[in-house]
Amino acid sequence: MSLNKIFNVVTAFLVTFLTSGTVALADGIYKAKPDQLGFMEPATQVMRDIVSFHDGLLIMCIVVSLFVLSLMLIIFFRFNAKANPTPSKTTHHTGLEIVWTTIPIIILLVIAIPSFKLLYLQDVIPESDLTVKAIGNQWYWTYEYPDHDDFSFDSIMLTDEEAVAAGHPRLLGTDTHIVVPVNKTVRLIVTASDVIHSWAIPAFGVKIDAVPGKLNETWFNVEREGIYYGQCSELCGKDHGFMPIMVEVVSQEKYDAWIEMAREEYATIEKDNLTRVASALPAQQ
Amino acid sequence: MSDQAHANPTGWRRWVLSTNHKDIGTMYLIFAIFAGIVGGAFSGLMRGELMEPGIAYLTMFTNGDVDAAKHFFNVLTTGHGLIMVFFMVMPALIGGFGNWFVPIMIGAPDMAFPRMNNISFWLLPAAILLLVLSTMIEGSTYPGVGTGWTVYAPLATSGHTGPAVDLAIFSLHLAGASSIMGAINFICTIFNMRAPGMTLHKMPLFVWSVLVTVFLLLLSLPVLAGAITMLLTDRNFGTHFFDAAGGGDPILYQHLFWFFGHPEVYILILPGFGLVSHIVSTFSRKPIFGYLGMAYAMVAIGVVGFIVWAHHMYTVGMDVDTKAYFTAATMVIAVPTGIKIFSWLATMWGGSITFETPMLFALGMIFLFTLGGVTGVVLANGGVDTAMHDTYYVVAHFHYTMSMGALFSIFAGWYYWIGKMSGKPYPQFISKLHFWLTFIGVNVIFFPQHFLGLAGMPRRIPDYPDAYSLWNYVSTVGYMITGVGTLVFLLGLFLTLRSKERVGDNQWGESATTLEWTLSSPPPFHQFNELPKIK
Repeated sequence: MSLNKIFNVVTAFLVTFLTSGTVALADGIYKAKPDQLGFMEPATQVMRDIVSFHDGLLIMCIVVSLFVLSLMLIIFFRFNAKANPTPSKTTHHTGLEIVWTTIPIIILLVIAIPSFKLLYLQDVIPESDLTVKAIGNQWYWTYEYPDHDDFSFDSIMLTDEEAVAAGHPRLLGTDTHIVVPVNKTVRLIVTASDVIHSWAIPAFGVKIDAVPGKLNETWFNVEREGIYYGQCSELCGKDHGFMPIMVEVVSQEKYDAWIEMAREEYATIEKDNLTRVASALPAQQ
Repeated sequence: MSDQAHANPTGWRRWVLSTNHKDIGTMYLIFAIFAGIVGGAFSGLMRGELMEPGIAYLTMFTNGDVDAAKHFFNVLTTGHGLIMVFFMVMPALIGGFGNWFVPIMIGAPDMAFPRMNNISFWLLPAAILLLVLSTMIEGSTYPGVGTGWTVYAPLATSGHTGPAVDLAIFSLHLAGASSIMGAINFICTIFNMRAPGMTLHKMPLFVWSVLVTVFLLLLSLPVLAGAITMLLTDRNFGTHFFDAAGGGDPILYQHLFWFFGHPEVYILILPGFGLVSHIVSTFSRKPIFGYLGMAYAMVAIGVVGFIVWAHHMYTVGMDVDTKAYFTAATMVIAVPTGIKIFSWLATMWGGSITFETPMLFALGMIFLFTLGGVTGVVLANGGVDTAMHDTYYVVAHFHYTMSMGALFSIFAGWYYWIGKMSGKPYPQFISKLHFWLTFIGVNVIFFPQHFLGLAGMPRRIPDYPDAYSLWNYVSTVGYMITGVGTLVFLLGLFLTLRSKERVGDNQWGESATTLEWTLSSPPPFHQFNELPKIK
């Protein structure tokens, strides 16, 4: 029966998907792989918790789907018109109805406990070591380092040729990018200047909307050095797919050196406080 | 039967001035098929662009202008969403099957307000015309509305300065007014025009499902109307409801939209639940298992559906306790939905099943809706949703519930009732071919999109990093299979209407117990001049 076959393929997919949940990485570049079925390799505790919680949920998904599927297959074989010419007249079974109401409730309660744990881990922001501010614009990100004289720079997507030349994947590389130290808690403040954008790095388990007129905050503490990519995750107009996010995670020494360099290179605000006030306001157009 | 009081009108008057629930239902169904083809073509253009990395396909429609093609892609996602929700699924299930069969199933001669029924339908062509016009006039720099069907501010205000968004808003106003009038009509019909002896607890489940659905419409659509009116005044009359610079809040729009938007997804699926119950019972030769549980599970889904809306907004920066509440409330919906699935299985258990085409679609719906349901439980968790939000995982999830849940139940209802509506049988082989092509096609489209979503591919992008190319290619191949399936459906429709054969009053035998099977096929222009008595 071909219905069977389809279901088998679906199941096979689900199983592969579970066993190859994450993809190993070699080159320190953290992005999706072509044959990937599950999440990207996690780089933070939060993302690791998301992956392991999701693995649990996936087992629930597969068990429930297979349970329903096997009941359907039993029904097809035992209760088709040939096998069972006289249908039963049963229309009620209170016990059964109680069972299929309470068992799902128990499953949901079992899910709820780790779910809330994960949620509060994500959303309660720990003591941070440094703060970075990201501002979404149509269609690029602006970053500020308020801990270091508020230097700021724009991060714009590389063209396909530039990306190849710089060794970045197409549509993910940017001309400048933020650099943060490894194993340090980074507090990220996010807002936008025009429409809503969303700042996301899949490997960090971070996604937070950049809303004009509102400051959102989140945090991440990356455990491994490397380059991480993400993309804008809220429809923001024509080039929504073309304002990637790129984060380089380095050792504390390299980070300190980068800060020195960046302070020189990106210092737009000198001693003039008026400039500082003006630049803090979103551009009105 | 004498019809002197309202002589049977003929020609265009029969349709344009129609007050007959069956004629209006037929017009709704034709409209839904037409809109479905347009909405399906839109998704074909999107899948064509996404088949391979790079932007090379949509530029054919924009004279090679890549920027115009990027905006065009957003116009397509917006149009596809709005058309499928407001002009395909709702007109088919509520306007089409609801109009045709709710009055008949409760033993009523017609709807309570036949003239209002007429305007409910005729507002829809006007509404879709406004939406189509919006794609041709200035939106942002390029023509059309590229905001997504959610029309979030400020992308829909300062981000789209042209008049296209105004037209889309008017289109939604008209479609909303149409649905509110339809809702009032159904509520009055179901509460006041049941045949003697048909108590609420004897009502067929399809009527129950429509009753719950229209209450959701009546309560949620005014909120949408308010939200998009505020959007309109923000755009044109200098108000700042959703503009932070003027003391407003862009997130307020999202709360208002999803207070409508979440009940809306149950509006799309509940009539399908009702339909599948009848079909499963008919072809299992058994009465529905747990009738009361089935009816009140739908009521529960409707009630809880109103208090879960912010699970669409986990990443906007909500307070963590609010997220925890919406996580818990959302998961609760799995319980009544589980009751429905298991009751369908129990209805079949012990039955004597024949696998006619309507039954195949109903079975496909039950299993695929289960898959969409379990990924819904995954997405309900605010913590995990951080990784899934706005990715293709969400796209896969809601297409499993909508394009396989709602659409499969529409096709199930179509084959179940086409004999009754037209008096002619559908072609056996062609209809089964339609099922298998659609079943395989939609799974090939949407199952790989789970992988894309987990790997992090965002929604609503016309080009993607090369790593996502494999599953996008597979997905587009699935679209082609489904497209062939749709052609087979249209062929089947053509063959049905041309058929010289006739079906009897009751095509499905004793287990089809509702009142429509006591009438001729097609039913008389006015039925139940003498009300049937229900024991």
